[in-house]
Amino acid sequence: MSSTSSINLKDQFLNGIIKENTIFKLALSLCPSIAVTNNLKNGIFMGLAVLFVQTMVNITISLMRKIIQPKVRLPIFMLVISGWVTITQMLMAAFVPDVYAKVGLYIALIVAFASILARAEMFASKNSIIPSMVDGLGMGVGFLFALTVISFFRELVGKGTLTVPTGLSTQHVFTFINTKPVLIMVLPAGGFLAVGILMALFNWIDIRYMKRGAVSH
Amino acid sequence: MEATKKEQLIVSVSPHVRSDETTSRIMWTVSIALMPAMLAGVYFFGLKGLFITALCIISCMASEWWYLRMVGKKPVVGDGSAFLTGLLLGMNMPASLWSFSPFTVHVPVIASFVAMVITKQLFGGLGFNVFNPALIGRAFALLSWPKAMTIWNEPAVAFFAMDAKTSATPLGILKEEGVARLIEVFGDKMNLYVHLLTGNRAGSIGEVSAIAILIGGLFLLYKKYITWHIPVSFLASAAVMAYVFGGKDPATGKMILMAGDPVIHLLSGGMMLGAWFMATDYVTSPSVRNGQILFGIGCGILTMIIRLKGGFPEGVMFAILIMNCFAPLIDRSFKAKVFGAVKQEKAKENK
Repeated sequence: MSSTSSINLKDQFLNGIIKENTIFKLALSLCPSIAVTNNLKNGIFMGLAVLFVQTMVNITISLMRKIIQPKVRLPIFMLVISGWVTITQMLMAAFVPDVYAKVGLYIALIVAFASILARAEMFASKNSIIPSMVDGLGMGVGFLFALTVISFFRELVGKGTLTVPTGLSTQHVFTFINTKPVLIMVLPAGGFLAVGILMALFNWIDIRYMKRGAVSH
Repeated sequence: MEATKKEQLIVSVSPHVRSDETTSRIMWTVSIALMPAMLAGVYFFGLKGLFITALCIISCMASEWWYLRMVGKKPVVGDGSAFLTGLLLGMNMPASLWSFSPFTVHVPVIASFVAMVITKQLFGGLGFNVFNPALIGRAFALLSWPKAMTIWNEPAVAFFAMDAKTSATPLGILKEEGVARLIEVFGDKMNLYVHLLTGNRAGSIGEVSAIAILIGGLFLLYKKYITWHIPVSFLASAAVMAYVFGGKDPATGKMILMAGDPVIHLLSGGMMLGAWFMATDYVTSPSVRNGQILFGIGCGILTMIIRLKGGFPEGVMFAILIMNCFAPLIDRSFKAKVFGAVKQEKAKENK
């Protein structure tokens, strides 16, 4: 167990975004990243939901870490995660019903995200509140970033438009090309293609430009 | 002592017998075998067909060259495999893509890029691709630009004509309006067969002339570049399926068993091109003979299921791509017996 003082908060935050990016590096949670990302707005809200759940779960687990019996820790983690997912689900159904109609199923699926349970088990249950919160924020922002990039790419290439949320229930659709340019990109098959291409690009940039950062670790 | 000195033996590792067959020679021969069908396409669709195919070939070679260059491998594009993929891809596209007012000339270029870079090179290059590159390129184009990819020119035997009437393919008519209408369009039944055989019908550039494809296929068979297993089992199973399930009551639209017309189904669409040139691709089909028969039957059945029940009028492309996934599995389950090997139970009995 690493002591709290030795954790660099900035590194811990960046860890979730670059070094252990849920989608681009760990290749986890690919189901929503393919299913909901044919529209930028849906992608962003899905990412925000995960960011919220991840942060809250990390804080809760960290608060409870001293009273959780090690033998029953996994069921307790699952209960905490499902509690926060249910809260998210209800909030989304109330405030962004149009997004919820499209991504609702995948919001419920957040319960089964390996990355959320992994952070609870590996980090939050061993560290105090502030580092745990920063870790959750980092992982969540990494996920949000990945989903935003994927849905940006897919909607722009597949439909020629960008649906940008301007508020909880308002949106603005920018139209770049009037015809549908590469329709396959908004179909499920295009999701795999887009995730693969962007994963390769992300890792290429990481290897190419982040070398200095890797050395200083 | 002297005798042993005279008969100096050369010890070397196998293979001891080499043939002068090389990959590039196979590729160029298959390309030559495709020429009759290509010429028929150019004859029926004119310069447009030629331009589209040339564009595919050039883009395939260029994208392979670019990718190999980028990853620092030696850019080999003269081995004919990029040429063959481009040729097959071009022959699978409608000639109407050569149009500038709704701009669709980019379609063959992007399809070629997907075929060469994403389907072939990213999986490890020649010999490692899971799917037939030309077919993935076409599937990508069909799903991305469904409208542009299904505008079929009527064959107008006029070489320089750049304007052409559009019409539905025989399979499209068959799917939408039934077999009676199809025969009506072509005059009588015999006329329909002759048109399908010679290629005087709407369709992709290289798939229209069944007889020209057959000439190329038989040439490959004669040169022993392909065996009969895949084409024959493909066509036979498709014919059986068409005969058994292809019949339709014109009044109610319900299926009548044993009343289909296998000849229409065999000669139309990409069936001939697919069976002789696409499904027989070395890399993406099983190499064991029994497995090849299973592979062909699978292709035939899937094609007919898609044609008769699916949303698309043509199913050869998707059928072959689906069976491509199974090729490694088929190869493993039909593994050839090692010469001289005995089954395990027998070996135990002998003990």
